[in-house]
Amino acid sequence: MSAELFSVFYQFADVFAFLILSAAGLAIVFGMMGVINMAHGEFIMCGAYVTVGLVNLGVPLPIAQILAALTAGIIGMIVELLIVRRFYKRPLDSLLATWGLSLIVTQSMLLIVGSAVRGIGTPEGSFAIGGYTFSTYRLVLFGAAVAVLAGLYIIFMKTRFGVIARATMQNAAMAKALGARTGRIYSISFGIGTALAGLCGALYAPTMTLIPTMGATFVVESFVTVVIGGANVLLGTAPAAVFLAMIRMALNASYGQIIGQIGMLFAVILIIRVLPEGLSSVLVRRGR
Amino acid sequence: MLKLLDGPQTLGRGRIFWSCFLAVLACALIYPLFADSYDVGNFAYFLIWIFMALGLCLMWGYGGMLSFGQTFFFGIAGYGYGVLAINMGGGTTTIAALVLSVVVAMIAAGILGYFMIWGGISGIFFGIVTLSTTLVLAFFLGQTAGPEWHIGAARLNGFNGMKGMDPLTVGSFDIEGSALYYLMIALIVVVYIALRMLVNSSVGNVIVATRENPQRAEMLGYDVRKYQLLTFVIGSGLAGLSGALYTSWGQFITPSSIGLPAAAMPIVWVAFSGRNDLTATLVGSFLLLFGFQTITVYSQQAALVLMGVLLLATVMLAPQGFVLGMGKLVVDWWSRRRRRDEAPALADTARLQSDET
Repeated sequence: MSAELFSVFYQFADVFAFLILSAAGLAIVFGMMGVINMAHGEFIMCGAYVTVGLVNLGVPLPIAQILAALTAGIIGMIVELLIVRRFYKRPLDSLLATWGLSLIVTQSMLLIVGSAVRGIGTPEGSFAIGGYTFSTYRLVLFGAAVAVLAGLYIIFMKTRFGVIARATMQNAAMAKALGARTGRIYSISFGIGTALAGLCGALYAPTMTLIPTMGATFVVESFVTVVIGGANVLLGTAPAAVFLAMIRMALNASYGQIIGQIGMLFAVILIIRVLPEGLSSVLVRRGR
Repeated sequence: MLKLLDGPQTLGRGRIFWSCFLAVLACALIYPLFADSYDVGNFAYFLIWIFMALGLCLMWGYGGMLSFGQTFFFGIAGYGYGVLAINMGGGTTTIAALVLSVVVAMIAAGILGYFMIWGGISGIFFGIVTLSTTLVLAFFLGQTAGPEWHIGAARLNGFNGMKGMDPLTVGSFDIEGSALYYLMIALIVVVYIALRMLVNSSVGNVIVATRENPQRAEMLGYDVRKYQLLTFVIGSGLAGLSGALYTSWGQFITPSSIGLPAAAMPIVWVAFSGRNDLTATLVGSFLLLFGFQTITVYSQQAALVLMGVLLLATVMLAPQGFVLGMGKLVVDWWSRRRRRDEAPALADTARLQSDET
């Protein structure tokens, strides 16, 4: 009995981790600046390529993953400085600009590195409960997702930066008048967002084939989680991921991945009919 | 009716504009007499995509709804045409397949549009929900390789795509080559004129008013949701028309014409051309398709990189679109040279600028 229960939890954790890791970066950028980064998938791809490149050079996997996330974060801050910064008053144009960037990066990668890169295998290790065997790395991913949420909670709720960031989020003009350097806050937030995207790519790099278009595998999940979650990462994205993971898990188990994805999309379209502002609007209102 | 051809929502009016229009049309009509059939087929191929661009121009430029889902409806109608043409048998029924597949795409647009528009999502979320839907359709069709995925006699065939449907046929006459080219020209003229009339009519004014300020339009007593849904269904239906014509042109369709990067292409065309005007979109999209096809012969990736660069450059340098900007420059220069009274033209141009809120 407990083996079955654990198996259900394991499947849930697998989907939940995927949703949180792929959506967290996007949600932070959206929550802070109201901008959807269409090149999100390309930052994920960047994280994966850097990880694999470093591992092939002999760097241990966990260190390679951290370095990959940092790389994505730094590139993100450069992109913010050069492109995204101009569009904070024109969110729709920011969508187009980052999409243009995404096209450029994906297709240039196809031109330069070609379609396939030698991957690194999933870290070995499995354990058995009852008659089932489970991969340890999948639980590591779940742990990473929870750690990301905890880390974001600490950054945004317990630090001085977090206080200023939340003030900027609520009323940028007022925060600026009180002396907050909103430009720098935006820049750092964008960097955190893309670093989380890079971390997502780094964590999933060992489990999938590396192709320049791999970002597309993550974007649907990250988009729908942010659409349902709304502007607040902790009160929106996390519950949205729990909810979507349950739907997805149930459908995956009985009908397979693709039906799971379609079912999740249908659920999202039904939900936006009743909750256009996302889950966080409801939760935040209740909380007041 | 004809009075609606010129109006505040479309640029280009008067004798000079319509003379140019007729001259271009005449050139297009006599073109097959001089060119070889391969080039005519290529031209017909560019024209296929124009409908999708005009549809997006209507939704985005006039209605203020940035849909990333043009290729979703393109795919539904494209696959729809294939399934219907294979199952209903060839011959004249292919015409019915064309019409029905566009209707199916419009019904799909009606359903998706109902949930989004009545749910009240707009702006950024409208874009990413439509894009998510599009990508999921592409993923779904990509994994339908097995023999169990079929609709009637039509195999979906996964990434290799569906093939084996008849081209458009009347009796025993296949509409291919220059016949298809003339059909495209006729359809584009009809669609272009009809859209011009639509946006200059009272319905069009409400659509534009909704873009400018939905609340104000609602306060004036219009149920803006109905107008938005209408715009969405028409715009998406035009994408469907492109899809059905595409399948009939090449007698095949694959999921790659739905997913990324295909989904970004209509956005690039319309943004580059100038989303606020139908004529600019028509001209600009054609130029881009021509350029894209020329470069694709050498390297598809390079062509797509260029598309990305164009999109980025457009939003950074000329958010209203390059072709529209050029057109306005030429018109300004022309009217200044003629020392005409250009005040009314400027007033109309100003009315087309949306105050980005």
